[in-house]
Amino acid sequence: MSTKAFQRIYTQITQITKATCTLKATGVGYDEMALVAGRKAQVVKIAGDEVTLQIFSGTEGIPTNAEVVFLGKPPVIKVGEDLAGRFFNAYGEPIDGGPEVEGEEREIGGPSVNPVKRMQPSKLIATGIAGIDLNNTIVTGQKIPFFADPDQPYNQIMATVALRAEADKIILGGMGLTHDDYLYYKNTFDNAGALDRIISFVNTTENPPVERLLIPDMALTAAEYFANDKNEKVLVLLTDMTLYADALCIVSNRMDQIPSKDSMPGSLYSDLAKIYEKAVQFPEGGSITIIAVTTLSGGDITHAIPDNTGYITEGQLFLRKDTDISKVIVDPFRSLSRLKQLVIGKQTREDHPQVMNTAVRLFADAANAKTKLENGFDLTDYDERAMAFALDYSRELLAIDVNIDITKMLDTAWALFAKHFSKAEVSIKRSLVDKYWHE
Amino acid sequence: MNNTQRTTGSVSGVIANLVTVKVDGPVFQNEICYVKLDDVDLMAEVIKVIGDTAYIQVFESTRGLKVGTQVEFMQHMLEVTLGPGILSKNYDGLQNDLDKMEATFLKRGEYTNPLDDDSIWDFTPLAEIDDVVRAGDWLGQVKENWIDHKIMVPFSFAGEYTIKEVAPKGQYKINDTIATLIDKRGNEIKVTMVQKWPIKMPIKAYKDKPMPSKILETGVRTIDTLNPITEGGTGFIPGPFGCGKTVLQHALAKQAEADIIIMTACGERANEVVEVFTEFPELIDPHTGRKLEERTTIICNTSNMPVSAREASVYTGMTIAEYYRNMGLRVLLLADSTSRWAQALREMSNRMEELPGQDAFPVDLSAIISNFYARAGFVNLNNGATGSVTFIGTVSPAGGNLKEPVTESTKKAARCFYALSQDRADGKRYPAVEPIDSYSKYLDYDLVREYLSKRVSPNWVDDIERAKNIILRGKEAKEQINILGDDSVPIEYHLRFWRSELIDFVILQQDAFDDIDANTPFERQQYMMEFVLSIADTKFNFTSFEEVNPFFKKLINAMKQMNYSEFNSDTFKKYLSEVNDILNERRAE
Ligand SMILES: Nc1ncnc2c1ncn2[C@@H]1O[C@H](COP(=O)(O)OP(=O)(O)OP(=O)(O)O)[C@@H](O)[C@H]1O
Ligand SMILES: [Mg+2]
Repeated sequence: MSTKAFQRIYTQITQITKATCTLKATGVGYDEMALVAGRKAQVVKIAGDEVTLQIFSGTEGIPTNAEVVFLGKPPVIKVGEDLAGRFFNAYGEPIDGGPEVEGEEREIGGPSVNPVKRMQPSKLIATGIAGIDLNNTIVTGQKIPFFADPDQPYNQIMATVALRAEADKIILGGMGLTHDDYLYYKNTFDNAGALDRIISFVNTTENPPVERLLIPDMALTAAEYFANDKNEKVLVLLTDMTLYADALCIVSNRMDQIPSKDSMPGSLYSDLAKIYEKAVQFPEGGSITIIAVTTLSGGDITHAIPDNTGYITEGQLFLRKDTDISKVIVDPFRSLSRLKQLVIGKQTREDHPQVMNTAVRLFADAANAKTKLENGFDLTDYDERAMAFALDYSRELLAIDVNIDITKMLDTAWALFAKHFSKAEVSIKRSLVDKYWHE
Repeated sequence: MNNTQRTTGSVSGVIANLVTVKVDGPVFQNEICYVKLDDVDLMAEVIKVIGDTAYIQVFESTRGLKVGTQVEFMQHMLEVTLGPGILSKNYDGLQNDLDKMEATFLKRGEYTNPLDDDSIWDFTPLAEIDDVVRAGDWLGQVKENWIDHKIMVPFSFAGEYTIKEVAPKGQYKINDTIATLIDKRGNEIKVTMVQKWPIKMPIKAYKDKPMPSKILETGVRTIDTLNPITEGGTGFIPGPFGCGKTVLQHALAKQAEADIIIMTACGERANEVVEVFTEFPELIDPHTGRKLEERTTIICNTSNMPVSAREASVYTGMTIAEYYRNMGLRVLLLADSTSRWAQALREMSNRMEELPGQDAFPVDLSAIISNFYARAGFVNLNNGATGSVTFIGTVSPAGGNLKEPVTESTKKAARCFYALSQDRADGKRYPAVEPIDSYSKYLDYDLVREYLSKRVSPNWVDDIERAKNIILRGKEAKEQINILGDDSVPIEYHLRFWRSELIDFVILQQDAFDDIDANTPFERQQYMMEFVLSIADTKFNFTSFEEVNPFFKKLINAMKQMNYSEFNSDTFKKYLSEVNDILNERRAE
């Protein structure tokens, strides 16, 4: 951004804190962008003629006589078809050596869709992963995070899901990505020949953390352009939202706000909801689906970040390592897709809901049996069979590297029921058993 | 009030949606004002005044707002507009009609008329010339969908009035005069079908508020059978995310035997509201056979809509509910989630740098919640008719921990407690209402017990106690079995456990997505409960504990098939005889 004639310039800063600086200025709008000694900043408070600016990259080395230029507008992004295939930083500036994007300038973080203008999400997204398609089916317009420990391969799984999802555009919002992860995404998309449908906004660990706060809004404003203006099916990947929330926390602490649970700002719920609620199905066919990653610390989902996320998103996909088969699975117990009801048994085979529930219930029986075993009790015959079922179920369906279609998943489940249980133990609606049970 | 001398002011500071304004005249607490930003007026509410500075919370994004921007104060509080045409509408938290907005994206500063000025209504007078009337009395009625919508003496009218004129039966628009009243001093006042009322004030145009005694039937077994709620009762559903609060509320909205349903989506997901928009026009009200949509009004301030309007949304819902109650109707008000409302209060209180209470919530949170719940209730109207507002809110406790301020404050205010448990949800035992911790204080009310013994059976309240006891003993037995091992406990322990499982699977668990199982009328609930209890009383022959589990599994399976079948249909009877066969196999003589 270069300075232009009408822009107002000041050179007298009266107060500097770790994240902000304050100066006397007039005619400044709330949320307006500014440059402080060339660094990007945004108006966060106006009190009379005193304006406080948050400087994204921090205030280290900012002198009191720094040049402050107000840009007269909130953060913006230029949208157009040319975004496709490009990599940007948090301010929407190219980082791939390519030219600036030409196009219409749009404010980021704009208003939400009128609820009555939304459509009910209804199109299934197939991923080939049974932990998702069979147990936690996702649909276009949904927002759902992976809850994962930091050491789990969530970026690999996200990339796999993204490529299989048949989206028109995939928009990656990377927050605090390591440089290696950034390159991993780039290479994976490149190797799949998908680069022309990918747009990336990336803040790596090498960039200032507060800049991350702009990433989701940048990614989602671009997504709105493709989904609403161009009626495209857009998939937005946000990784890692925990690092986003950490940045919120840094800012609110530096601004002396009263923290609530886990030293997070009291507005965490609203802040996260504003992002996730951009997921939408438009009546004209375009959609924004958000798949995010929220890393957990020590698997604790009661921490404010995963907790608030869970209250906002339409379910969550837990990754865990299944020790019996030594592979990562989408945990059937704690994972949930809230929108699966809209498609299962409707766009998929009629037996889908009951098969899914029954398999998970039997898997739970196996878990109980295991606990019994660990506590030194004898197992009943049923317990033994449940455990044998669970092993097959993990191996043939849940393992993340299994890639089959949903009908195949259902057939496999029926085969496993028949192999290990009686009809009464399975307890599925009689009409379905008559049709699908093969000894 | 004198509209010619509105106070004005100019913006002196902005932090997010908290704006300070230097004013040139009197303002009052909670007064509505408009911030005149470029080409749009942003609605705001006064929340604090110090000297000539008013602190206002703006109900919209304040992006671009500058010092010096003009503000105009409106001399009224945040009000809703009440009149025929509210039913089937989709409002935002400030009662803007969302369907009247053109654009795909919400535009800030766009406010739409909550009612339809040009609609024609068939009016029938109910009062006569020379009648003496007071606020809330019925002057006439119009048909709103299938409901007799009463046109009332405006609630703001104090004292008694004499009717000078009532419009004859005929067709009118909402702003036409339908009556002329004369006050004590002889002034003539014209009344239309529309009135306004400030949302933070309870409507009290009724005679008295007696103890509630009748049960509001919901078709949800774990509520009706185990912990029933009354017409005019209050209840709340706390639960960790994903445990089924919203599904349960939607079930209540679809099935409850109320005349009017007001659903407030307060800071929750837009897609869930869309689900209601999509389903309700298709679904049939099981009690009247009319479209569900016809008895429903939706107020939706989803989580991405302005935070300060979120607080307003629950009050908007309550005021509309009270309005219909005064027509002698049974209203069910649902709010999902009241925690989001509390969080909106917290965000504002923090911005104002008020002294924080627990978890940074405002210190008066508990009082605010109690006052709100107190607006529900069963009332006797002045004319002898009765009406009710039943209120059920959800609470989303941080970290799923019920020892947090919103849950604790709500527990003090609400009489029914439907605690959703993570364990039950994980085990897909839906609805995940925990049967042991949950309660309905109404079961202790003599009037309610009397009502139940007449409505259901003289033994009903005892039956409920017995069922709860069986569940409790089952849990204890389960713990013993886990500690001692399957074969080290008497068979009776296994039986105790399985009796409680029987109640759990057949009565408590209910598939909200199955057309038949989702809604269980009271008669059917009584039938199943008595059947299950009779099984619990039956003595069976078992020689080893290993026979118990398969027996009950078979039994539960067959009884669940009954739940999935039309009551008393041939299939139902077929499964019933199957159940009896299973029972007879092991029945001890
Ligand atoms: N009665 C039920 N029958 C079948 N499934 C249910 C039932 N209740 C809940 N569920 C399942 O649980 C999921 C979550 O339910 P719901 O959306 O009501 O949770 P919630 O408590 O409102 O969560 P949040 O606090 O995040 O809004 C549903 O999508 C559905 O899959
Ligand atoms: Mg919910």
